[in-house]
Amino acid sequence: MPEKYNIMTPRRFSTLPHALAVLLCTGLLTLAPASARADALQDANRLLKQGQLGPALEKTDQALAAKPKDAQARFLKGLILTEMNRPNDAIAIFTKLTEDFPELPEPYNNLAVLYAQQRQFEKAKNALEMAIRTHPSYATAHENLGDIYARMASQAYDKALQIDSSNASAQSKLALIRDLMTVSTRPATMAPRSTPGKVQAPTPPVAKAESTPVAKSEPTPAVKPEQAPALQPSEPKPAPAVEAKPTVGGNAEVEKAIRDWAAAWSGKNVKAYLAAYASDFRTPGGESRSAWEAERARRIDKPDPIQISIEKMQISVEGDQATAKFRQHYRSGKYKSSATKAMALVRRDGRWLIQQEQVSN
Amino acid sequence: MGSSTCIRHLVATLCMVVAGTSVSASTETTYSDSGPEPMLAQVFAHIEQNHLDAAFGQMEKLLNLYPNFRLGHLIKGDLLLARSRPLVTLGNATNAPHGKLADLREEAIARLKAYRDKPPTDYVPRYLLQMHPEQKYAVVVDTQKARLYLYRNVEGRPRFVADYYISHGKAGTDKVREGDKKTPIGVYHVTASLPRQKLTDFYGSGAFPISYPNEWDKRQGRNGHGIWLHGTPSDTFSRPPKASDGCVVLANQDLDALAKNLQVGTTPVIISNSIEWLSLDDWQAERTALSRSIEEWRSDWESLDTERYLGHYSKRFQAGNQNFEQWSTQKRQINAVKQWIKVGAANISMFRNPGKDEMIVVTFDQDYRSSNLSNVMKKRQYWMKEDGAWKIVYEGGA
Repeated sequence: MPEKYNIMTPRRFSTLPHALAVLLCTGLLTLAPASARADALQDANRLLKQGQLGPALEKTDQALAAKPKDAQARFLKGLILTEMNRPNDAIAIFTKLTEDFPELPEPYNNLAVLYAQQRQFEKAKNALEMAIRTHPSYATAHENLGDIYARMASQAYDKALQIDSSNASAQSKLALIRDLMTVSTRPATMAPRSTPGKVQAPTPPVAKAESTPVAKSEPTPAVKPEQAPALQPSEPKPAPAVEAKPTVGGNAEVEKAIRDWAAAWSGKNVKAYLAAYASDFRTPGGESRSAWEAERARRIDKPDPIQISIEKMQISVEGDQATAKFRQHYRSGKYKSSATKAMALVRRDGRWLIQQEQVSN
Repeated sequence: MGSSTCIRHLVATLCMVVAGTSVSASTETTYSDSGPEPMLAQVFAHIEQNHLDAAFGQMEKLLNLYPNFRLGHLIKGDLLLARSRPLVTLGNATNAPHGKLADLREEAIARLKAYRDKPPTDYVPRYLLQMHPEQKYAVVVDTQKARLYLYRNVEGRPRFVADYYISHGKAGTDKVREGDKKTPIGVYHVTASLPRQKLTDFYGSGAFPISYPNEWDKRQGRNGHGIWLHGTPSDTFSRPPKASDGCVVLANQDLDALAKNLQVGTTPVIISNSIEWLSLDDWQAERTALSRSIEEWRSDWESLDTERYLGHYSKRFQAGNQNFEQWSTQKRQINAVKQWIKVGAANISMFRNPGKDEMIVVTFDQDYRSSNLSNVMKKRQYWMKEDGAWKIVYEGGA
């Protein structure tokens, strides 16, 4: 079973062949790389994004005629049916996918979204719990589950107070996962993790790190872990990132950009947060920039405080391109998640901007 | 986590409320636990211990038993919300009508208080001085606690049977006027039984009108009518503590349980703001003193010493159109022509009227025989304490 996942489109990191290889190895799918099926699916995907649902479904069905068990095609069909407002058919597709591939979180997540639309919150909750059980740091599922709890609470309050709030306030939509990408791997361009088995040095306390004169620090190799002092996830400070000791040169600039991004997120500064992303940032669900921004703004604007802390940052810079990898601890309300995040950044007008973003366990 | 801390803080607040009013005495649990309180208390205990999942599980069980229990849904909502954001209070619903939330919070406090603060087993409500043998049960209502207590008559002595959550008037107690949405305070009895079929759904599984306004109410100029004990609509398990137009409202299952023990025309229903509890010794002393006064009144009547007999009546006495002077004149005239009088007083009941006035409602079967007239009747007297002595302020047929 693959241990890494992301929620991005294959093209983004050009890892499709690699992903498919993993799929083949795990025996989940049996398909030939670069087949006609793949072309048909790409077409279907494009048609779906253009809103041409009928032709998209046709293409998908063509692919399925050749490979009826194909997870990608079935997943895409579920999405198309969802868009076609055929929730029961979509539910049937995603349900079958969870039965055939119980280790994939995406079908569970989308099943939950559909159940939530039908106000079947108990079922939605169960599906999301399954998604999280398969992938404990699956951020979308966590966020969706938070929404489900809030909606179940609202339903309970309605019963308590004999009111009907379902129409009173516009219900926010849960996030549908657009790509079945659990099976892909970390892109090759990202800095590798520290050698497995290597004992990591104990993290120096923040105070100690602060006392170290910055000028004294030597340029560190990009791959060396533990450049930045670890921040305890339980620390109550909303934006602890500012206390971190920067590394020198381009690395320091990239690190500062990332810590500013984390601080904007923690501080619920939506404008600054969104400004950290490049204009050609590839949205995780393949949705439009404006849709992605609206969704992010909605999530960040929720009343709960958000705490983001970052540790174990590794940065590698090549000209105006940089990759960064770090542990990200997210905490909001009762939610906690920790994940490894990989970012591709680009320098434009002297600013480092996030171009790609990827999460793994 | 912040959310559970908030709930725990709330629970702690509830506990303090409870502790502040607790009756200090042994709390031997020989009570039958009716209704959702035991499970509700467990839910709060889990919350206090920060076992939110256990609390949620218990709440689901509770709602399974009582699907229309609105307070339960409110707490369930809180427990769900606690998983995604910190809670600030009991009932974190946004856009909720403020009054409804306040009502449910009051219900929570009332139910928990009543559960944690049960009356001591060796104490009895001061009002039940003596039940007559046909009164198998007596009902005592405590409006502040939102609680109805059922007592069984065991050889004249009240023995606790069960207690139930109740709602009373929106505007509180001490009913005076028709439409004032208040619940009367006083000694009443059940006067009728109205089955479900004769009622709208609003009254639930049945209704038992009580005898408001009683003789004393009328003398005080209080009016209005239609004060009932009744149930709840089919979609409602319970109503807030202050919800009715003056009636005492029980959950349907509680009303059904209570109904089995109510005798039309007989069962006393005593409504109080806040029940006064007496130890059995104090209770015995009160009832002995009063019994002695009644016995003296009876024997003084038989003695034909009219002035001694009239000495039991208050200067404020009034019955029908007669004041004390007119009553005295009439009694002197009647007794003057008698050779003898025999007065029997059987099946005596004595109930203390709740409130600041020291007053007892005495009812008995009077068997009056005399040289020229005999008569058997049910009589009711209101005795009031004046300068340390019990005096009759009202007397009439019952």
